[in-house]
Amino acid sequence: MDAFTTHTGIGVPLRRSNVDTDQIIPAVYLKRVTRDGFEDGLFAAWRTDESFVLNNPRYAAGSVLVAGPDFGTGSSREHAVWALMNYGFRAVLSSRFADIFRGNSGKQGLLTAQVAQDDIELIWKYLEQEPGAQVTVDLAARTVTAGDIVAPFSVDDYTRWRLMEGLDDIGLTLRHDDLIAQFEADRPAYLPVTS
Amino acid sequence: MAGTLAEKVWEAHVVRRAEGEPDLLYIDLHLLHEVTSPQAFDGLRLEGRTVRRTDLTLATEDHNVPTTPGPITDLISLTQVETLRRNCAEFGVPLYPMGDVEQGIVHVVGPQLGLTQPGMTIVCGDSHTSTHGAFGALAFGIGTSEVEHVLATQTLPLKPFRTMAVNVRGALPDGVTAKDVVLAVIAKIGTGGGQGYVLEYRGDAIESLSMEARMTVCNMSIEAGARAGMIAPDDTTFDYLKGRDRAPVGADWDAAVEAWRQLRSDDDAVFDAEVDLDATTLSPFVTWGTNPGQGLPLSASVPDPDRIVDETERADTERALAYMGLEPGTPLREIPVDTVFVGSCTNGRIEDLRAAADVLRGRRVAEGVRMLVVPGSARVRVQAEAEGLHSVFEAAGAEWRLPGCSMCLAMNPDKLAAGERSASTSNRNFEGRQGPGGRTHLVSPLVAAATAVRGTLSSPADLDKD
Repeated sequence: MDAFTTHTGIGVPLRRSNVDTDQIIPAVYLKRVTRDGFEDGLFAAWRTDESFVLNNPRYAAGSVLVAGPDFGTGSSREHAVWALMNYGFRAVLSSRFADIFRGNSGKQGLLTAQVAQDDIELIWKYLEQEPGAQVTVDLAARTVTAGDIVAPFSVDDYTRWRLMEGLDDIGLTLRHDDLIAQFEADRPAYLPVTS
Repeated sequence: MAGTLAEKVWEAHVVRRAEGEPDLLYIDLHLLHEVTSPQAFDGLRLEGRTVRRTDLTLATEDHNVPTTPGPITDLISLTQVETLRRNCAEFGVPLYPMGDVEQGIVHVVGPQLGLTQPGMTIVCGDSHTSTHGAFGALAFGIGTSEVEHVLATQTLPLKPFRTMAVNVRGALPDGVTAKDVVLAVIAKIGTGGGQGYVLEYRGDAIESLSMEARMTVCNMSIEAGARAGMIAPDDTTFDYLKGRDRAPVGADWDAAVEAWRQLRSDDDAVFDAEVDLDATTLSPFVTWGTNPGQGLPLSASVPDPDRIVDETERADTERALAYMGLEPGTPLREIPVDTVFVGSCTNGRIEDLRAAADVLRGRRVAEGVRMLVVPGSARVRVQAEAEGLHSVFEAAGAEWRLPGCSMCLAMNPDKLAAGERSASTSNRNFEGRQGPGGRTHLVSPLVAAATAVRGTLSSPADLDKD
């Protein structure tokens, strides 16, 4: 995983709440067995609408998505994160993220920055007045900057540390292999097995 | 210290705890299906890692499988299923493939085998893993990176969830089912209301439910944004488990039941939040919009956006009604459907099929309505046929299918066409969930069957009036 410290890119205002993962990538696009190539499924249904924000050439190269509350609800599909990242997004701003989506994002290096809805509104207005304007997300300072707007965001300390270091979770866990083995030795005998 | 059920199960699975870091939690059962696992196995292969506990891992084929006889004809679906078979063979993971008597939807298979037991931690790369919480297990959906993590280590680093008590008190009126309860809960707390929480469903209305009904309730916890749903195990739970293939026997059974009886929230346990619902006021519930929180009693009418003060909610409602092709003020009972779907991990178990069959017995599916009945597993199908339920469905003009996820999500041949409207016992009414442009109303099996007969959203009570 690439380390994430700060990122600057075109901001994309997505004025919708409750963006579920079926909207981010419909099930029909989930059939690949690789982690790449999912960008064509990103917001597939909405992209058929000419007025959809990513169909505006000024926003098309966006890398910071600015969304309404409850982003990433529904299905656990990590394909939603891959689709966003394959398309080129490195950060999503929202006042509230669904738990599984936020967890998946942290594993892949997509920053989910929780920004107050009032600030989201200000950033939306700015990005709509200045299509193609840049947004800077500074993970070290935990701030997002868009024009004159400087807004704080929250992200939990552990995820921030892992993102900034670019650390692999499995490698970290395997350092505690002895503790896992010790736990396994003490599990009750009545617990079921699958084979 | 007094604890909640969720906290007790959590504490019993902590492998490592360190200041400023997530707890490392042991996972007792890891379920896999073909959609969210290929990239996880690929990750193992790239790093030269193995599956730590193949004996705590189980795979089944469900999302892509057709529900009519014959092989998978969609080449990409076939690749995904074949990839699962190859991965399971290579890494030594047990798999129930299409055609196997144990095959079915992953959340139907675990409980019916007796693999899902109280106090366990259960994960799957599927948000409806919350289903297994009906047994007092801590069960939750994970992403593919986490699937890889569990395959490699049988653990997950997790920050503790908050706890919410959902108290459902009083007796459920006739014709009101678990599905109506959970739709009412979601409408009450909203699609984000459970975010970060494990919901514990409590109260006499919950205690009176069968295991299958409890699974329906826990299944949809994720639709309220919750990580998991749980119900404390009791004699109903133990009776369901006893004698199942993977349930303990002899002295192990006695030891297990003794341990399971401790699995309840202490009387003085404090929840981070509490919600109360009066079961006696509930009636059959249906959704009108494009998220599971947009639901109302069947006796209500389509909401009027002009009467909504909150700007975001008004815009959401307008958008949902435009997508659903509904006019404000239309009585929900007058909405006609093209398709009725009975099945899914929410309502594809034997009791659900019995409930639908009871309504359909001696009646016909309305002209112009297509009804699909899809058992949640091969075992459910066998059981239903032994009881003659398939004959009831076929005599009524419904299609009796092979087990799979089917029309719950448009990943296999069972789909809605653009503009088609369904009454569906599944769990999500998102835009395009059942097919691009498809319109979904979430309902219970009883409402689904009555709707099939009348052709408009209906409850069995409406049939008695006809």
